[in-house]
Amino acid sequence: MRLPAFLHRSEAAVALVLLAAIVIIGAINPAFWQPDNIFNLVRANVVIGIMALAVLLVMISGGIDVSFPAFAAAAMYLTVIAMNHFGYQGVVLPFIAATLIGAFCGLLNAVFIHTFRMIPLIVTLGTASVVRGLLLGLVGTSIVNIDRMPQSLIGFGRSTVSIAGSQLTLMIFVYLGLAVLVWLFLTRTMLGRGLHAYGGDPESARRVGFPTRRIVYAVYIAAGALAGFAGLLHASMIWLANPRDFVGYELDVIAAVVLGGASIFGGRGSVLGTILGVALLVLIKNSLIILRVDNTWQSVVVGAVIVVATAVTALRDRRKAKAGS
Amino acid sequence: MGKFDFRRIIDRDNNIAQLLIITLVIFATMSFLEPSRFLRYYNFESISFIFPELGILAIAMMLAMLTGGIDLSVIGVANLSGILAGVFFTRIMVAEPGATGLEEVMRVGSGALLAMMVGLIAGLINGLLIAKTKITPILATLGTGQIFVGLCVVLTGGPAITGFPAYWGMIGNGKVFGIAAPLVLFLLVAITIALVLTRTPFGTKLMLIGTNPRAAVFAGLRSERMIILSYMTTGVLASIAGIMLSGRTNAAKSDYGTSYLLQAVLIAVLGGTNPAGGRGTVLGVSIAVIALMLLSSGFQMMRFSNHLIDFIWGAFLLIVIAINAFRNRAR
Repeated sequence: MRLPAFLHRSEAAVALVLLAAIVIIGAINPAFWQPDNIFNLVRANVVIGIMALAVLLVMISGGIDVSFPAFAAAAMYLTVIAMNHFGYQGVVLPFIAATLIGAFCGLLNAVFIHTFRMIPLIVTLGTASVVRGLLLGLVGTSIVNIDRMPQSLIGFGRSTVSIAGSQLTLMIFVYLGLAVLVWLFLTRTMLGRGLHAYGGDPESARRVGFPTRRIVYAVYIAAGALAGFAGLLHASMIWLANPRDFVGYELDVIAAVVLGGASIFGGRGSVLGTILGVALLVLIKNSLIILRVDNTWQSVVVGAVIVVATAVTALRDRRKAKAGS
Repeated sequence: MGKFDFRRIIDRDNNIAQLLIITLVIFATMSFLEPSRFLRYYNFESISFIFPELGILAIAMMLAMLTGGIDLSVIGVANLSGILAGVFFTRIMVAEPGATGLEEVMRVGSGALLAMMVGLIAGLINGLLIAKTKITPILATLGTGQIFVGLCVVLTGGPAITGFPAYWGMIGNGKVFGIAAPLVLFLLVAITIALVLTRTPFGTKLMLIGTNPRAAVFAGLRSERMIILSYMTTGVLASIAGIMLSGRTNAAKSDYGTSYLLQAVLIAVLGGTNPAGGRGTVLGVSIAVIALMLLSSGFQMMRFSNHLIDFIWGAFLLIVIAINAFRNRAR
């Protein structure tokens, strides 16, 4: 059977699964269709989505990153603490600060992965432990509550647009804007094309003259920067800063990126696929209650989704290899 | 084997010698900084109760790394084993009031068997996903680990399971001829795995698969079966660690020992295991776990918070990576 070309893309498969999931969940419980529920789902996409963009970059390069939750927590907590210390009220400067803190942490990853040539998983496990340990051990463990949270951040995070009587968070446009930036970087810049080449085969990319060192550094610094930004955005959306936050996010985010069709072996992955993968994961996680499934099953469901999605990807890869492409 | 040649041990990439030196330096530093508390018999005795769980998890991690893989589900397997044993003891085979000692031993024995079956099945699932379905070990075990943790939450509903039999507690707290029972268990496991890896065809083949998977295929090795078997062994080891953990604390919970995951990876790498496969020794891992236990017990005495100790573990991992990178470059 011959299918139209666009259906052969893995994004199409994810989109179809997403659509099917929406229809099924909506049929089981019509409460799903209420604007409040849908806008809440959209809202839940924002932070995980930005983190997924970070992981997407790393995965295209053939690596994996489990340190971004720690970086996000550090960038968020340090920025909020500093704002309270100086009594600063503002939005732009804090977000720049959080992004820079994240970028600096990412630089640490790049140094160990490229200069010392160690496997990304093990390096990022180490840097995560270092950053989180320093944050909790030296800076503090107490949560900055809503009453001490900078008002400017809360004001920014709660900005919404009213549609059909329900409030849609404007942060979704921040997320989509960043997605466009990452997409432009991946498809329209030499460094972005080089990143795909590097992820496909580092040695070949080096021989044809791509600046592999700059690629690896750019990837991990950008991933850290995105994580730092996402961290502060999360705090301004939930109105508190908890240094223990984001524990376990690595699973959800990596799952979402893999769902979106990125290959852990590098060289393949797209922004559109990642956005769809995030939407699918958030939908599945948040619809268990609407489907009247006990919430304790959440981890089992997420784990099963990871296993099934990776199994499908692996089968697809093998079929392609057999076809000799 | 012929005569014992000390140079061969040193030559094993100088790794064992380097590890022994690190351990001695840590020991000397801590003894110097905290002589009154660090050098007490009690300190070493308590280390001998605590380190075996982590040591066995690290050996399990090393086994997965030998074929170039990794097992991120070991903590989930360990907790699931402990929790299922707890469910078994509190709901299925509840203690009878007038049970004799032998009956109790039988009960604990069947609980332990059940726990190890959990590890065996979990490892089989991981092995099948990795060897047959060809899922990358990181993603496969990340996913199954999440499922195992999820099953723990479903089974317990959140809080810890308590009420293990007294004999179960002896696995974690008892003594055999004045030696901590966990230490005895650790030695048994370590020696068995060491013998399997160095003295059996299985061990040799596993190393070959890790060194060069392609060559292993051409040499006619049934790689898939070897990999599945190695993950099954990893699973059983994880469940043994779970038995010891639940025995020592008399409880089992879905989020016990989560910091052990990083530590197990760190110890395996520090112990000279090559995460890309093909190299790793039980002796190296055993020395590494003792070195890191001495380090954290010393820092605990100096009143470092647990968070800072996490930092130190992570920093230690990064420093070791850097040192190894420089050493390899110099060669």
